Amino acid sequence: MDWLHVLMPVSGALIFWPGLVVLGFGVGMIGGFFGMGGGWMVTPGLNILGFPMAFAIGTDIAQMSGPSLVSTLRHGKFGNVDYKLGLTMVIGTVGGLEVGARMIMWLERIGQIDLYVRSAYLVLLTLIAWLVFADISKRRKKERAALASGRKLDALATGIEWHKTLHKIKIPPVVHFKRAGVRCSIWLPIAVSFFTGWLAGVLGIGGGLVRMPALIYLIGCPTHIAVGTDLFEIVISGLYGTASYSYKGRTELLAALIMLVGASIGAQIGSIATKYVKGYGIRIFFGFAVVGCGVSILLKIAAAALPSLRHILDNCAAVLILGLVSALSLYILTKFVLGVREERAQRKQPLVHV
Amino acid sequence: MRTQALKLRLRLMSWFAMVLLTAQVLAAESSDAAVIVADSRKFTGWQARWANLYNESHFWFALITVIILPVTALILGRLTGWFMARLGINLRSRELAEH
Repeated sequence: MDWLHVLMPVSGALIFWPGLVVLGFGVGMIGGFFGMGGGWMVTPGLNILGFPMAFAIGTDIAQMSGPSLVSTLRHGKFGNVDYKLGLTMVIGTVGGLEVGARMIMWLERIGQIDLYVRSAYLVLLTLIAWLVFADISKRRKKERAALASGRKLDALATGIEWHKTLHKIKIPPVVHFKRAGVRCSIWLPIAVSFFTGWLAGVLGIGGGLVRMPALIYLIGCPTHIAVGTDLFEIVISGLYGTASYSYKGRTELLAALIMLVGASIGAQIGSIATKYVKGYGIRIFFGFAVVGCGVSILLKIAAAALPSLRHILDNCAAVLILGLVSALSLYILTKFVLGVREERAQRKQPLVHV
Repeated sequence: MRTQALKLRLRLMSWFAMVLLTAQVLAAESSDAAVIVADSRKFTGWQARWANLYNESHFWFALITVIILPVTALILGRLTGWFMARLGINLRSRELAEH
């Protein structure tokens, strides 16, 4: 079965290429649906397929820009991207990333950086998961209360409404982000993106996992706009990351291109599937993705603390991540197939003139 | 009109790639990171050329990578988009409007 393996020209690793296509497909689909690059899924996946860690990270960042671009263009057609908001946030993201990266170098000198970073990551993921599920539960309460009083809850109603408090801070200039339907001080998205960029820099992640909830809960974007706008930012930061890692000689273009074959199909499916799912449906499954990611980090911390169980715990973390990718992909694919079937059936129905 | 838009997009992309790389070169500090050399003897054709390019110039290696990836993504995205449209999906509108 030699034809199923390809020798990578730069890293010299012999890689099972169908694995790359499947990994790309899954990550493209999840990324297009949730608005994230999926670094937390791809890096361990590439490592399992046989890439050395240095190349796994670089190649992951390189492949991220491709499916994000496909998804952004698709979300753009659906009107899910607020380009003005995205470009405003780039300013904060770049500044935050740079400060975060410098802070990491400072922490490296102190030592035990891995433990600090992973623990901080875990706290952050717990906070995001709590935020998502608390929001869902609050909205359900509102829904029940509305139902009890014989009303229907407004489609734009949300559970947690921190953004409303933040919008009251009117430091000039105040701008209107038309697509997102947000009017606020320009300093709000810049400050939020600086914070999420800083977190991404400190934690060494792309940032989609943090920026998506920040766009929803701190800026007040509707879920679909948050997904599209976040993907637009990932394209820019992904290309910057590709330039950076390639210049350091840590990317494998061939692997990224093979992944892109699966990812471009997956990204289309993931982006289109958002048409058929309500905003809160996306939030619930995003919450599950965050919990899965948190558990895998917890297993990594445990593996570092318990060297005798390291092998088992590392394998558990890998199985958990791949299991989560498969489950989320299956969910999105099902929604996509059902949605397409319904849309086609509706089109075939003859128009009734009254 | 379409060709002009495509040309403009490609021009913007190459400009963006150059800006990214210039930023990288300017930001580059003397590092003590391990130097990796690609073993081009194992390859023939374009793969050998690619491995040689990696060994000779990380700048060109990075520039080509930054250009090839988004261009390939655009082409594949168009192809898959065309296929999705053939499935009968409306790719231009989303009717849902809620949080």
